[in-house]
Amino acid sequence: MTDQEIVSTINSSLAEEFELNPEHMVPEAIIYEDLGLDSLDIVDLVIVLESAFGFKIREEAAVRQIRTLGDIHSFVIGKKREMEH
Amino acid sequence: MQLKRVVITGMGVVSPFGRGVDSLMEALVAGRSGVVTVPELAEIKGMRSLVAALVSGIDPKEIPRKFRRSMSSMSVFATLASHDAAAQAGLNETHFTSGRMGVSIGSTVGSPRTMEEFFKDYLADQSLERMKSTLFFHIMNHSCAANVAQTLGITGRILAPAAACSTSCQAVGYAAEMIAMGKQDMMLCGGADEFHPLTAATFDIMNAASINFNDRPAKTPRPFDRDRDGVVCAEGSGILLLESLDSALGRNADILAELIGFATISDPASIANPNSASIEECMRAALADAAIPAAEIDYVNAHATATELGDIAESEAIFRIFGDRVPTSSLKGHMGHAMAASGTLELAASIEMMRRGILIPTLNLDHIDPSCGSIRHVREVTPRPVTTVIKNNFALGGVNSSIILRRYPQ
Repeated sequence: MTDQEIVSTINSSLAEEFELNPEHMVPEAIIYEDLGLDSLDIVDLVIVLESAFGFKIREEAAVRQIRTLGDIHSFVIGKKREMEH
Repeated sequence: MQLKRVVITGMGVVSPFGRGVDSLMEALVAGRSGVVTVPELAEIKGMRSLVAALVSGIDPKEIPRKFRRSMSSMSVFATLASHDAAAQAGLNETHFTSGRMGVSIGSTVGSPRTMEEFFKDYLADQSLERMKSTLFFHIMNHSCAANVAQTLGITGRILAPAAACSTSCQAVGYAAEMIAMGKQDMMLCGGADEFHPLTAATFDIMNAASINFNDRPAKTPRPFDRDRDGVVCAEGSGILLLESLDSALGRNADILAELIGFATISDPASIANPNSASIEECMRAALADAAIPAAEIDYVNAHATATELGDIAESEAIFRIFGDRVPTSSLKGHMGHAMAASGTLELAASIEMMRRGILIPTLNLDHIDPSCGSIRHVREVTPRPVTTVIKNNFALGGVNSSIILRRYPQ
């Protein structure tokens, strides 16, 4: 899976789950303020990512540092690379 | 203590005929059936009843995702109907946030569809790792009431009665008592349910679901008819905005009807079988609550679900109180039995009958069962002034309920 494919999978999964406008899904978008998600949504966001990429990330401290959509992209790309090694 | 008078100033419905009281009345007056054959039911082993009356023609996305995510379809129905009832009553955010407005809305159970989806996934590998954060809000018993309050921003009391087919009749009656006591000025009240095969199966295993009209769905259910063969399950929501007369007059609201009597009683004779004596006692208790004689009732909106025992028991009870004088009909023939929603769907239609001066007949009543034959059945749409109506609902669990409405002003 290329980085672009990962980004595309993340964006389409989140757009579907949270009914987001694809035009708003820029890397610098802040998840709470710009995308309008809240703490309940973040629980489901983790489940959506786990389902889309086949990993378990709920207990990872790095997840709690995520602020922007770009942070999610970077985190998942890193996690996928980690899994490949 | 001086009790306040209680009136109805708004109505909202989501029924098998779509959204709105007008679409419901149009179908009832035209004698249309909302019952369809549901092919998926044929794939369920042991399911003999393949008919249901399902909601269509609504757009759940009218409700913002932030609120919709905690709703199963029953809460969607209740929220759209509540919105319409509040709009008809002319309410706004000031009323919602006053603390003087509450919500009294129940369902038979929490969302069976969400329960099914959860356990299907959970039991596959005994894992909770895929459980969504909003699951509980779909399955909690007060899902409809809480979701309506959250979406509209209502800050008063929350009540979520559950008594199967008596649910919305109780929800209205208990809300009326709160308003009469001055605890709230107005309440959105009623019931909602979503169709699930479990509901139909509940009646099917008791031999109380319709099974002989799977290829002719519009011909069933057949309340009071010789050839009736049981309940047809439906879904939807009926919501009434109840308000103290003082409050309604104070803000010049259009008053649709007055609620003058309510009774609900337990029938411990059987958890499943209807009991004519208890049904009679319930209607007499409602008349006593309204402090009117039986002679003042112009129309009986029967529970009559087209079961063999229930229709006879109710007919006998109606006859003992009203003889053959009072026109009686059941609306289940048109829209099936929407369980927790049935009471308020039928109350809304009864209020419209009073306002329009017409009586709606029982659909599919082609040959009156002689055992139900002593009472006066409405056989066709009948122009007639209607001032006072009694509405019955009787539930599995032995829970009977009756409400009496009067035109306002008389």
